[in-house]
Amino acid sequence: MSKTFTLMRARQRDRRQLLRGAVAAAGAAVLSGCDRLSNNPAFVETLKSAQNLSHAAGRIVAPRPALAQEFSQSEVAPTFRGNGTLNPMDADYQALRQAGFAGYRLMVAGLVEKPLELSLDELRAMPSRTQITRHDCVEGWSCIGKWKGVPLGTVLDMARPLPNAKFVVFRCYDSMEGPTLDGRDSRYYESIDLDEAHHAQTILAYDLNDKALPVLNGAPLRCRVERQLGYKQAKYVRAIELVASFASIRGGKGGYWEDEGYEWYGGI
Amino acid sequence: MDIEATAPAPATPTAAERRRVYRHRLPVRVMHWINVVCLTILLMSGLNIFNAHPALYWGDDSVKAPPWLLLYGQNTAKGPVGKTRIAGTDFDTTGVLGISKVNGETTARGFPSWATIPGPQWLAMARHWHLFFAWIFVVNGIAYVLYTIFSRHLVRDLVPTRDELKHIGRSIVDHLKFRHPTGDAATRYNVLQSLTYLIVIFGLLPLVVLAGMAMSPRIDTVFTGWVNLLGGRQSARSLHFLAAMGLVLFVLVHVFEVIVAGVWNEMRSMITGWYRLPADSAKEKVHP
Repeated sequence: MSKTFTLMRARQRDRRQLLRGAVAAAGAAVLSGCDRLSNNPAFVETLKSAQNLSHAAGRIVAPRPALAQEFSQSEVAPTFRGNGTLNPMDADYQALRQAGFAGYRLMVAGLVEKPLELSLDELRAMPSRTQITRHDCVEGWSCIGKWKGVPLGTVLDMARPLPNAKFVVFRCYDSMEGPTLDGRDSRYYESIDLDEAHHAQTILAYDLNDKALPVLNGAPLRCRVERQLGYKQAKYVRAIELVASFASIRGGKGGYWEDEGYEWYGGI
Repeated sequence: MDIEATAPAPATPTAAERRRVYRHRLPVRVMHWINVVCLTILLMSGLNIFNAHPALYWGDDSVKAPPWLLLYGQNTAKGPVGKTRIAGTDFDTTGVLGISKVNGETTARGFPSWATIPGPQWLAMARHWHLFFAWIFVVNGIAYVLYTIFSRHLVRDLVPTRDELKHIGRSIVDHLKFRHPTGDAATRYNVLQSLTYLIVIFGLLPLVVLAGMAMSPRIDTVFTGWVNLLGGRQSARSLHFLAAMGLVLFVLVHVFEVIVAGVWNEMRSMITGWYRLPADSAKEKVHP
């Protein structure tokens, strides 16, 4: 009896071990399969197509008049967290900074009837909007700050975009990969569509928490796109370019991080 | 010693008692397995996303108060140590949380690579997986809820009767003794099972979706301030994580019960729909 019993137990143990081994092996195979799929361009494009659905859903359930939450003064963070570039080392930026940004001119160009060059004084003289909003980084953290700036829509109205203009491209001062030997351009850039550009809370901010925007947070001018994640909010804005398509700009995905694989639609 | 010769001969189950019943209809089976795939991918890609900032907070932002949960790595005299800080108390979780091996190399990362999709720390790619399967998961979930209502699966099978609720104590004892219903009783979900399914379907799953949507800056604008209902955006991120952990706990118990109740019979019923009723012996009768 005990022999049969022992044999039975041994068989059960073998079966359990076999099952456990099979489950572990299947799990490992599925995981390495997922990693292989992550490097398959066609599969990744399929996954990324979900952003079109998310963008379309966003437009339906939260159309342009819907505002991002605004907070009270007491909810403002003591210091606004800086991320990404914290001090552009680019020579033209450093020269401007030395002069207290007196020589700064925001260029508005591309598919517009009237290209513009605006100094900080001119921007400050324009109608402004002040908003206390929450900044959400794609990494997961959030920070609340008080921004003051010119609504982007106001600047665009002055420049009068041509009918074929579809996107606003922000050209920035900061090189993301330092000076490159081959002179390759790695300056930050971003893009949004005209719907986002004309949202009431989309502003070109020159003040943070009632003071001139610090270098850490994008001095002298940065974009606030309150319905999207942090990487869409271009800092150190040098020029605004209206285009029909961003396919021929750099990596063709519409932004520095987009070229690195992130979604163009940063609303989710 | 031959057990069968000494023990009183058990009543041979009649054909009716050992009958096979059609337990799960096709739509439920299909939606169940779609859900298995989606939840697995969502959990593992979600852990990769979490790793980009392996800390959780309460409130709107992540700067005014320290995190209630933090996974981090630390260099000590004894080498790299992985720590998990919960409400200010540190636990050594070297090898799994905070510090783990990636391709044999000791690496500082929240959750280990065997628990994440993709394996390497890759936020952009994890988001693509997560947000694609989130759509399938939500569409599947809505289809399931509509089906349960209109096919009367909800009222007939999932909502416990008054009588079943009255005998909940008995059901708890049965569960603790790993006794499973037999015969006719096995054709119905038992009361703890129905209640658990209802809590998961109408509690945890909607919470995980809602808290996930609260992290979207665009969805936050649907009704200005609705995220406050969840305690703010960082609270929503914490609730999203906790609801996901609740689902992991449910799946662990669910799979355990499947194994205890008879893995092949249960698996067959969720694949083909057919379930062989366990023999109903009077003295082993378990109340529903």
